[in-house]
Amino acid sequence: MLRTLRIILGLAIALISSAVQLVWADDASIVLTRLATENYSEIEAGVTALAASAIPSAEAVLNALADSRLSYRLSDKAIFFKDTSGKWIDAATNAAPSEQPTGLKPVKVNNRVRRALDAAIGSMTLLSADPKKRIAAADAVFKSRDVNTLSALDSVIAKETDAIVKQHFEEARAAVLILKPDAPEAERVAAADRLGQRGDQDALALLSSVTNANATANVIAAGSLAAKSISRRLALLSAAQNAWYGLSLGSVLLLAAIGLAITFGVMGIINMAHGEMVMLGAYTTFVVQEIIRAKAPSLFDWSLPIAIPLAFFVSALVGLVIERMIIRYLYGRPLETLLATWGVSLMLQQAVRSAFGANNREVGAPSYMAGVWDLNGFQITYGRLWIILFSLTVFLALLGVMRGTSLGLRMRAVIQNRRMAAAMGIRTPVVDALTFALGSGVAGIAGVALSQIDNVSPNLGQSYIIDSFLVVVFGGVGNLWGTLLGALSLGLANKFLEPIAGAVLGKIILLAVIILFIQRRPRGLFALKGRAVEQ
Amino acid sequence: MKRLISTIAVSAFAAGSLLASIAAKAEDTIKIGILHSLSGTMAISETTLKDTMLYLIDEQNKKGGVLGKKLEAVVVDPASNWPLFAEKARELITKDKVVATFGCWTSVSRKSVLPVFEELNSILFYPVQYEGEESSKNIFYTGAAPNQQAIPAVDYLMENEKVQRWVLAGTDYVYPRTTNKILEAYLKAKGVKAEDIMINYTPFGHSDWQTIVADIKKFGSAGKKTAVVSTINGDANVPFYKELGNQGIKATDIPVVAFSVGEEELAGLDTKPLVGHLAAWNYFESVDTPENKDFIAKWQAYTKNPKRTTNDPMEAHVIGFNMWVKAVEKAGTTDPSKVIDAMIGVAVPNLTGGLSTMMPNHHITKPVLIGEIKADGQFNTVWQTPGTVVANEWSPYLEGSKDLIADWRAPLSCGNFNVKTGKCGSKS
Amino acid sequence: MIKFLFHRFDKTAAYFIAALAVLGVLIPILNLALPEASTFHIPTYLVSLWGKYLAYALLALALDLVWGYCGILSLGHGAFFALGGYAMGMYLMRQIGSRGVYADPILPDFMVFLNWKELPITWYFFDHFVYAIAMVILVPSLLALIFGWFAFRSRVTGVYLSIITQSLTYALLLAFFRNDMGFGGNNGLTDFKDILGFSIQAPTTRAILFSITALMLALGFIVARAMVASRFGQVLASIRDAESRTRFLGYRVENYKLMVFVVSAAMAGIAGALYVPQVGIINPSEFAPANSIEAVIWVAVGGRGTLIGAAIGAVLVNFAKTWLTGTFPDFWLYGLGALFIGVTLFLPKGIIGTLTARFNSGGKGDTA
Repeated sequence: MLRTLRIILGLAIALISSAVQLVWADDASIVLTRLATENYSEIEAGVTALAASAIPSAEAVLNALADSRLSYRLSDKAIFFKDTSGKWIDAATNAAPSEQPTGLKPVKVNNRVRRALDAAIGSMTLLSADPKKRIAAADAVFKSRDVNTLSALDSVIAKETDAIVKQHFEEARAAVLILKPDAPEAERVAAADRLGQRGDQDALALLSSVTNANATANVIAAGSLAAKSISRRLALLSAAQNAWYGLSLGSVLLLAAIGLAITFGVMGIINMAHGEMVMLGAYTTFVVQEIIRAKAPSLFDWSLPIAIPLAFFVSALVGLVIERMIIRYLYGRPLETLLATWGVSLMLQQAVRSAFGANNREVGAPSYMAGVWDLNGFQITYGRLWIILFSLTVFLALLGVMRGTSLGLRMRAVIQNRRMAAAMGIRTPVVDALTFALGSGVAGIAGVALSQIDNVSPNLGQSYIIDSFLVVVFGGVGNLWGTLLGALSLGLANKFLEPIAGAVLGKIILLAVIILFIQRRPRGLFALKGRAVEQ
Repeated sequence: MKRLISTIAVSAFAAGSLLASIAAKAEDTIKIGILHSLSGTMAISETTLKDTMLYLIDEQNKKGGVLGKKLEAVVVDPASNWPLFAEKARELITKDKVVATFGCWTSVSRKSVLPVFEELNSILFYPVQYEGEESSKNIFYTGAAPNQQAIPAVDYLMENEKVQRWVLAGTDYVYPRTTNKILEAYLKAKGVKAEDIMINYTPFGHSDWQTIVADIKKFGSAGKKTAVVSTINGDANVPFYKELGNQGIKATDIPVVAFSVGEEELAGLDTKPLVGHLAAWNYFESVDTPENKDFIAKWQAYTKNPKRTTNDPMEAHVIGFNMWVKAVEKAGTTDPSKVIDAMIGVAVPNLTGGLSTMMPNHHITKPVLIGEIKADGQFNTVWQTPGTVVANEWSPYLEGSKDLIADWRAPLSCGNFNVKTGKCGSKS
Repeated sequence: MIKFLFHRFDKTAAYFIAALAVLGVLIPILNLALPEASTFHIPTYLVSLWGKYLAYALLALALDLVWGYCGILSLGHGAFFALGGYAMGMYLMRQIGSRGVYADPILPDFMVFLNWKELPITWYFFDHFVYAIAMVILVPSLLALIFGWFAFRSRVTGVYLSIITQSLTYALLLAFFRNDMGFGGNNGLTDFKDILGFSIQAPTTRAILFSITALMLALGFIVARAMVASRFGQVLASIRDAESRTRFLGYRVENYKLMVFVVSAAMAGIAGALYVPQVGIINPSEFAPANSIEAVIWVAVGGRGTLIGAAIGAVLVNFAKTWLTGTFPDFWLYGLGALFIGVTLFLPKGIIGTLTARFNSGGKGDTA
């Protein structure tokens, strides 16, 4: 049924398209030959012609072109493409060629060709059985506003049963109509309303191109009314959006600082090598992904879940070694830990540089972290969402360890009164080593998340160290909740200042505010009370 | 125990200095200085250039060196620290007696060493695209000036992508500021209205791009085709592109053309979401010429890494080094004052199939290539100037420099000759 | 006055001053008077290099004064150093006059470049040397006064103080990076021509600058020494060791702290001013928190609370850096990192501190 409809649709498009008149008489291979060139304009025209032709392989050819799987034979300009399993297919016959084709050259695309492809594939897949593809097709038409698809749209809207898909189809139809000067006025006014309901930037853009030159007074009135309602909505949205950005920046700061909240906040070590622990976590992610790419590409989406425990382990191990070799000699001399850990940080940076090179390393995003979740114009990027959730999880888990486990109990005991704890039979050196390892390991976990948004380079740690200290101090040393609140409030403040003052000035103002804030509350948001204070 | 450690430390120190002095007393060679950061923030970009120079010197020595002598590389690490650049340059020239130096990446490092090279009358080859507005007797600029990169890129977008609205986004330092100023003047001259140009500056290493990318998206949905011209530097690029990918801005909607993003930078990125974004350079690794194929094969063999990428500043060093060799052979000496004169007019093949010539303004002629990012991290050249372009070291679009020219040939021999007043700088 | 300055001046201090005097005279002579072929000739680049070391030594001295004797660990002393450097740099920029590439008699090149039409108010009078020198001392002092007044009055101490000093220098770093600030942005100020009419590149000028740096270091040392050896210094030490107790004894702790902080900032400013003409550039990276941390490390390496140690630590670490970056460009960070770790673990009092302790106990005692 669908197949017949598609052929009918193809015929319909073919009849109205001017480019097609020519093609109609010719046979398939002539249309295909137009793709066999280096000239992008020619390829672009070929794509449009192919989309309008009734060649059976058309959709496969266009998809192959979009994925750079299409080649042509230099000798006779015959078109071949690889199917998804990597076998060559002759485009003219839509079947495997009798012998392996040789002397092939890939057909290259540029942005113009890509746009033409999106539009062509969009108009061809309006009838796809997969609702996701139909939505993508509708969005492609929304962008291309190809007048030729109008009749096809009308017929699919009539048949569509899925409400969401139907809405996308109708928006696409409105996008075509609103800028079609010869469309009936009533339909154009309705289109303006439809776009007003859509209510996003793209709709606003369309509406703002409705002018005297292409529309009657009624249409313009409807258009500006819709545009106004969209603008109002968008202004509200942008405040919400800022809050979201602030939250997500705050979660990054939280991740970067949370390990430090243990090593510096709880243990009192001015741990300048904290950033390098984060960096080690990021590099662990890189190594995990490299191995997965080489050995088991299908597991790529699992790379981050696999990397998290490994990064914890690697950083914790390095932290353990540092504690045993250096820091254990320095308890009670906190300022000297600054010096020693600075040395450690230099050495770790150089070690990573020697091992992995000075360049950035590629850490890919798993499929579930790519893309945007559009909640009626309020946009949530999946990557950021995951990072927020992840940082809160790490925070709660850490809190749980500190509050709910016997290790946490002993840690708190040693911190509050080392000698008393020792007298009670707690082996303080072991607890110290484990606490430092825990803080380092948590920093390593942060590295996994930060590898998704920042450079994975030997300098990664350096770019977070200042902010991390600031967060811990602002929140109040020795208090995990303070770190959480500190990170989120700094993130939010930063993001609300940025649109007003600009990125740089905003940050300067924020630093000044923090300096002043510390004057009011010299021990941060949550001041620790008791014995530890006078140290 | 402590005594033992201090003994070890002292003997290690002594052995180190001994080795160093032996190395310094090596037989009669020609010394070349390499002044690229191997640590600190710029190591990301500069380390590769150090390796490139070592490779080139090695290749030249295989061919018998220069003037019958072997070349010897003197590598130092200025550690991304600008005063240290000046200090190391002075050390290279006075202590190590190098006859030419290849180095620097950032403009500030070049500005820092410039007085040193002028004072001691030595030679520096500077391989990176920069803002122009400079011409020193002692520096040879083998990277692109703004008119060899930015303006052709904008022309391409205007003609091929029909772009009408422009975002000029850059890091807040001299190169982006100048380039954007030149582009703004150029775009306005082409009839682009002020409200269709958005200029944005961010600090070095800016990592949270959510707000700015959202702004760009908003600016780009005003019904006119929009493009971003990016002069964002180094470290900030990766989070910027990651955020573009996150917010779903595709090259088919809002293309980004970058002047500081090459193969090396892309190697640190998942390029699939970036397919179609553009870069303008004078060289791409993917350029299909025999010279380039040969260079890449030898380079990868030298580094023993079949995946090692090449990029534009590397090509600049290749050209600069070959020019230096040619000029030394022409002058018959490595004496910098003679080599400086011999350099002008020297032409060597570049890797894109043409000839690059050292012009009297101490800049070289280069072709301009526009490439689109491919899924494999390489560029697909979509447009190319028919021949090579001569650098405008003083931009005609800037108020202060439109009357200035540089010509280091006698009798003019001036880096900032004012054609209106007929004076060289302030000299009468 | 003189008597006050040399009050309780011991032998080590006298040796240090004598060494500086010899250095300040001998190096310029060896550089200027001897022919280049002579084995004792000191090349000009070494003169400037050692001039830079001594400027760093003065910064370290200033830092030791607040950290070693008053317990204020400032992670932002680089800011005072850089401000002093900028004041000097602005004077040197104004001296370029019409010799800049755009030949503008008033505006420095970068302003012409940004299309500025007139000199911003912050640059007024910087063509007068005396004004510039006054600013070298006043600007850092004033910043220290305001900052310290707020911080010490609110009793911000310990790591909190360290972190907000770090925030201070970080904020200044970001501010000076901005081209709109009018201090040359990332490129900073460079390509200086002359100072008080003498070419800045001439060997004689360099030699004299070196001598002046040595002199200022000696002066700084004498002043710092006098401060810590006086009653004032004893109060400082008691603040360092037990702040609350000192306060309960009736001392206005914040005033003492403020005083020493301001003096230290002024010294750091002078160090910056001496540094700039000798290295030939000042740019915002001098404000980088890492630089300030490094200065703290010099002090720790030399020996905290010894003054001489701070100066020697600065020279030593920077000498090691010069040597290692030239000789082992790929591995020097390991060496430097190991040095810092080694010093903390094996020489907790720093080099000079350990030596003094050993000397005092007749070379027998274990120092750790």
